[in-house]
Amino acid sequence: MRAYIVAVMMLCGATFMLIAALGLIRMPDLFTRMHATSKAGSLGAGLILLAVAIHYGDLGISARALATLAFILLTAPIAAHVIGRVAYFVGVPFWEGTLLDELGARQFRTRMGEEEKPGSSSEAHL
Amino acid sequence: MDAAPSLALGILVAALFLAFVRLLRGPTLPDRVVALDLLSTLCVGLSAVYAIAAQNPVFLDVATLLALISFLGTIAFAQYVRKRGQP
Repeated sequence: MRAYIVAVMMLCGATFMLIAALGLIRMPDLFTRMHATSKAGSLGAGLILLAVAIHYGDLGISARALATLAFILLTAPIAAHVIGRVAYFVGVPFWEGTLLDELGARQFRTRMGEEEKPGSSSEAHL
Repeated sequence: MDAAPSLALGILVAALFLAFVRLLRGPTLPDRVVALDLLSTLCVGLSAVYAIAAQNPVFLDVATLLALISFLGTIAFAQYVRKRGQP
């Protein structure tokens, strides 16, 4: 029974990581790529580490696996936020279908398609 | 049940190949940094799967240290991109 649970969790984690890599290939924009890799990659690694913690019933080994899982869950959002913020301010181009830039440091397109200066009141955020 | 670790290793190697393609052809430097971050996470998962496949819990320590070092490397890369000032 335990072997079945471990196998299913391991295969699910590997599949989520494959989905993250597919999103890294197929998405059109840096920010959408980060959306794919950060969450799906963390979920896949967490599922695999949980499978390790269940497979070895020993207290020390399971504690190490769960500590690694907690570290990944704590640091992956921080790393993604730092890279995203730096890329935004350095000037990585958006996908042309981007509708709204809520930080407002760049020009953004309204829903009608015309360019608009940041800071002016718009009806883009509905 | 005996084939599950081998299948998971095959899936993870395919994901490594895809992430490496993005690392080679990413148009900007932050794209490559994101690809490297995913490569490190994939290596963490691969070490954990190998700890099950080889029945040896020593590979779990490899996964822990790789997670620590990949986080620090990502932060350092972000600082260098910010100092460089170009995408």
